[in-house]
Amino acid sequence: MTLREIADLLDARILVGGDHLDIEVKTAFSADLMSDVLAFAKPGSIMITGLTNPQIVRIASIVDNSAILVVRGKIPPEETLTLAEELDIPVLSTRYILFETSGRLYANGIVGCVRKIEGPESVIPL
Amino acid sequence: MTQGCECSFSVEGEKFAEAGKVSVEIKKMLKKIGIPDDVRRRAAIATYESEVNIISYAIEGTVKLQVTRDRILIDIRDTGPGISNIEQAMEQGYSTANDRIREMGFGAGMGLFNIKNCSDTFEISSEEGKGTHLKILINR
Repeated sequence: MTLREIADLLDARILVGGDHLDIEVKTAFSADLMSDVLAFAKPGSIMITGLTNPQIVRIASIVDNSAILVVRGKIPPEETLTLAEELDIPVLSTRYILFETSGRLYANGIVGCVRKIEGPESVIPL
Repeated sequence: MTQGCECSFSVEGEKFAEAGKVSVEIKKMLKKIGIPDDVRRRAAIATYESEVNIISYAIEGTVKLQVTRDRILIDIRDTGPGISNIEQAMEQGYSTANDRIREMGFGAGMGLFNIKNCSDTFEISSEEGKGTHLKILINR
């Protein structure tokens, strides 16, 4: 799907990168844990998140995300959007929740960066 | 291209808003000297994780980047509490992060594990009460 099609499908507002709407997206990674984005996102994937701090832009730039899609109707602060302009990362915002957003994209052919985690399960202490 | 470079950045503890600045800078520099995208990406991810570790746990630290003909060295030293059990800290999911770190979207216990994954050679040493030293080597 192109970013334009994604924006249409999710009634998303394009906050940054209106001139990049022809970018083709094939994969996505949904997370509110940036550590997991760093560990699992693939180049070219779209980051779907409920976080809005400037870190999401730096992470997207580092892992080569094609765009950031912010969910639950959140609009990131000016600082985040300015940084996104600077680093040339498109930012979209949709009112759909993370589950709905991911499901709608999946139903339209976008797949996850990884299916499931290989290797041993990690036991997380409190 | 066989261009090299050498530079150093300082990172202050607790400055969460700054997290990632050094990594973004390093990724840009590596592009300028013609390092391939996948290699730059691994170097930037390893640096980002290290930066977040300094900000989250240490008082201050330095990130030194040295690029030679055949490899990238990222050398990270911090002064801080150090790591008492390195083996445990390297485990996926093990974390001592506080709520503030987690609110920012970090502290998943993936950091050191991910750094190691991005490196061709990874060395870590730490002294309790003094600090931690990481040596990340990535082939060009």
